[in-house]
Amino acid sequence: MSTNGMESWAVDLKDVGAVYPFSGSEGLLYIAGLAFWIIWHVVQLRQEAAEVHHEMDMDASGDKARAAIDRY
Amino acid sequence: MGNNLDALTTVFTEFYYWVTVVFMFLIHVGFCLYEVAASRRRNHLHTLMKNTMVIPLVTVTFFFFGWWIYFAFPNGPWIFEGKGIDFAAAEGARPWDDNMGTNLSDRINGVFWAAFLLFSWTAASIVSGAVIERIRSGAFWLLAVLIGSGTWIIDAAWGWHWDGWMVKLLGYHDAYASGVIHAIAGGFALGVLVVLGPRLGKFRPDGTARDIPPHNTWLVTLGLFLIYTGFWGFYAACNVPIISPEGIGGQITGETWTATNIYLAPTTLSAITFNFLMSLSGGLMVAFMVSKGDPFWTYSGGLAGVICASAGNDLYHPIQSMLIGGVGAWFAYKAHFWVERKFKIDDAVGAVAVHGYAGFLGLIICGFMLWGQPSSPYEGYATINPLGMFIGAIIMFGVLGFVPAFIASKILDGFGMLRIPRKVELEGLDFEEEEAYRDALDEVREAEKAMVA
Repeated sequence: MSTNGMESWAVDLKDVGAVYPFSGSEGLLYIAGLAFWIIWHVVQLRQEAAEVHHEMDMDASGDKARAAIDRY
Repeated sequence: MGNNLDALTTVFTEFYYWVTVVFMFLIHVGFCLYEVAASRRRNHLHTLMKNTMVIPLVTVTFFFFGWWIYFAFPNGPWIFEGKGIDFAAAEGARPWDDNMGTNLSDRINGVFWAAFLLFSWTAASIVSGAVIERIRSGAFWLLAVLIGSGTWIIDAAWGWHWDGWMVKLLGYHDAYASGVIHAIAGGFALGVLVVLGPRLGKFRPDGTARDIPPHNTWLVTLGLFLIYTGFWGFYAACNVPIISPEGIGGQITGETWTATNIYLAPTTLSAITFNFLMSLSGGLMVAFMVSKGDPFWTYSGGLAGVICASAGNDLYHPIQSMLIGGVGAWFAYKAHFWVERKFKIDDAVGAVAVHGYAGFLGLIICGFMLWGQPSSPYEGYATINPLGMFIGAIIMFGVLGFVPAFIASKILDGFGMLRIPRKVELEGLDFEEEEAYRDALDEVREAEKAMVA
């Protein structure tokens, strides 16, 4: 049993269509892909919020910020 | 060429491979930029020349014997049914054969040779980045020839050849070289690093690692962008662009011509275009997430994503490719730092992780994803399966990667040829050139000042 239903390539290619594994489960794959994309945004937004919060806490006197502006 | 259709097919194929070679040249340009950017200013020139000289050294040796190995060694020798070196099949790949030059009855050999040669440069160049700032260039160039014109092309004969014994016995499937280029090069780099040791100052007295950041992050990213670009050529070069059913020994029936992978099993350029971009994207997204937006690891993760999915990217669905790419990037990132902490391995550019670990994992995943699919259009070959792919991964990473590199490095180290002296490492490989440069500038300045009335 093969994951794409192909047991041999000794076929006429004009009769062959999709050959990716687990053909027929595209709907589930699509949901998994969407979930991956949405989770990425959730995690990224959280990470960025933490980073911004961290940067807000740094350099309370502003000395380093002024030096950074000078370097720029 | 028997008729106009044959002529057109031949000339198209000739041009197709030629274009892939030009694209693949960008991989080497990218590696050079990336490596120089990752090194410190005092080592720039030597770092650049170390990788640049891979081009001529691997090219001439690949012409002298590397190309011959590919055709002579598909059976081991003496691994498959006791068959030895296939001298007959390798006729035409010897430097003194008349089709190893201008020959109007053979328009393919040179461009096909070059496509494989560019893979050879890539294999050597992957190792080059890992060992920067402390290896002797002469030692590296010997190691580059060993992998570029030796071990990688043996692995290609075994597992990246329509008649290779690994394909026949193990059902090995590695369409875009997760193993035959990346796992072997990563394993090879690790074998050198174990003997070579870390850069001075890499580890604190308590054993924890210091970060030695790239001196120029922009150049790193530009280098990796160029590697991505060259990777397009690499992918295309892994395909046979057009072939008739008769060209595959009549195994495929009907009259439909097709593109195939290196095993002569059907695929399409469309498939690999989907999958290259989706696995790159999966790798970039996960690497960005896991490294918290670190540019070096985000770009490297994109590469790890493609590498992890490459073994089966001729057949995967694009979403499968994306998810596999994401897993590969995550694994490469985590494994790099775990190995660094645990074994004090100083891999300066993460090459072992991005190429070796991601490539190894990609082979394992491919074994499960394509389980039961035919590895070849020819009869009697094992089907793709997890155990065969796992053994294949061990052969690529360990047997043909790590072991030869470890032995060769030990020999070079035994002769005092592997590592530069401590004093030279601390002052920088370019110390003499830098001093001469400054002296020249001072002299010119003084001379010009004296000319001012």
